[in-house]
Amino acid sequence: MPDSNEMKKTILQYVIDEYAEEDSGLTYDTPLISGGLVDSFSMVSLKRFLELKYKISIPDERATPEAFDNVTKIANLVLEFL
Amino acid sequence: MGYSEQTKKTYTDQLDAIVNAGLFKQERFIHSSQAADIEVEFPAGSVTKKVINICANNYLGLSNHPEVIKAVHEGLDTRGYGMSSVRFICGTQDIHRELERRMTEFLGTEDTILFPSCMDANAGVFEAILNQDDVIISDRLVHASLGDGIRLCSAMHDTFKHSNMEHLEEKLRLHADKRLKVVVNDGVYSMDGDMARVDELVELCEKYDAMLLIDESHASGFIGKTGRGTPEHFGVHGKVDIITTTFGKALGGASGGCVSGRKEIVQMCRQKARPYLFSNTIAPVVISGVLKVLDLLNESTELRDKLEQNTLLWRKLLTEAGFIIKEGTTPIVPVMLFNAKLAQDVSRDLYSEGIYAIGFFFPVVPNGQARIRTQISASHNTNHLLKAIDRFIKVGRKYEILGKTKEEIIERYGQ
Repeated sequence: MPDSNEMKKTILQYVIDEYAEEDSGLTYDTPLISGGLVDSFSMVSLKRFLELKYKISIPDERATPEAFDNVTKIANLVLEFL
Repeated sequence: MGYSEQTKKTYTDQLDAIVNAGLFKQERFIHSSQAADIEVEFPAGSVTKKVINICANNYLGLSNHPEVIKAVHEGLDTRGYGMSSVRFICGTQDIHRELERRMTEFLGTEDTILFPSCMDANAGVFEAILNQDDVIISDRLVHASLGDGIRLCSAMHDTFKHSNMEHLEEKLRLHADKRLKVVVNDGVYSMDGDMARVDELVELCEKYDAMLLIDESHASGFIGKTGRGTPEHFGVHGKVDIITTTFGKALGGASGGCVSGRKEIVQMCRQKARPYLFSNTIAPVVISGVLKVLDLLNESTELRDKLEQNTLLWRKLLTEAGFIIKEGTTPIVPVMLFNAKLAQDVSRDLYSEGIYAIGFFFPVVPNGQARIRTQISASHNTNHLLKAIDRFIKVGRKYEILGKTKEEIIERYGQ
């Protein structure tokens, strides 16, 4: 099973590469959706990235804006389905 | 009556918030035809003012062209005013089908279906041709109407960074397992005036077996050597699977739009696209006007050539005057001011000086990217442009922004 810190690092890097146009100082706790960085469309691709990367399936009802609102929460969600 | 005080307050609170944020949109009443010189009543109730219009989508100056008006009069006499029907009941005249055939020829596609607007074309096309097994991958800056159409469709939606082909390729790989893939772009982006890299898009889509959709609303009629649009400009005319475009800009400026492309896709739209099925047919007079526009464009490239010359001159004049503009070649020329209030102040002062140009700021453009968007037309003559630059310089001097860098403007006015 992947290490939780390693996973957070991977997810943060994906979010930075994908959504942050400049050095935006993102951290594990930066609000992504409520902070306006990631919209609901982009959440779909983030979910797909996680599913392919960690070979899991996250049910749609669990992929809520709240559950995806920061890297820590996302990593916790992924861990549940590993 | 269920419109209680509380219900009313729900709306007045929201409207107040829009006003307080400085985002309340007000119409300006034009007392003349659409042209380079127009007569405007603004604010409402004031005496009308003659101004030079540099914010219309009237790229070819055809909105008020005498031959188009004549054709519309003739069309009115022979085909009447309205059809009182959707297309598939009793709303299709011979001229509707003729326009579809002519647009197919013009765009180098297989077939075309008319919609009441390009907004409707974009709203209807995705749901008609895709389902939950499919994916749409769109540029992050595509027009709002494409975003709305994508939302109405059950296909998965992903985005790629604006004009970033490497990022698009990553997304095409990521979604390789999907049944159908559609890559979505504007041909010309309306806020920055830049063009999609259509040749590279065609290549990538072929490589990954994805369809390519391009909204050519700000390109049809004048981009490319004969005005066929961005595919012609990039040497891939006839290779784009789906083109949506409007008759509400360069192609006469009245209304209406279409989806043009692969035969089966057009057929699917005719069976399933809801804005086609449940909205009235385009008025016959509009069809007559667009048919004449196509005649004019087939006869000569004079108007698009004039537009190209005007655009070159306008970009040169602004640059030499010391304004910061978005580089490019299209007649959409954004004059960058970065600060929202500055953009509003400059727009207001230009209007006082007889120049009608609108400021754009967040949320229409990204925060810190406020600008005056100017749009050049073939109906402008050199005197219009020289007068306009003279007034721009006068206002630019007042705000001391000429020859200043982005950082200097931001330092003085904020972002």
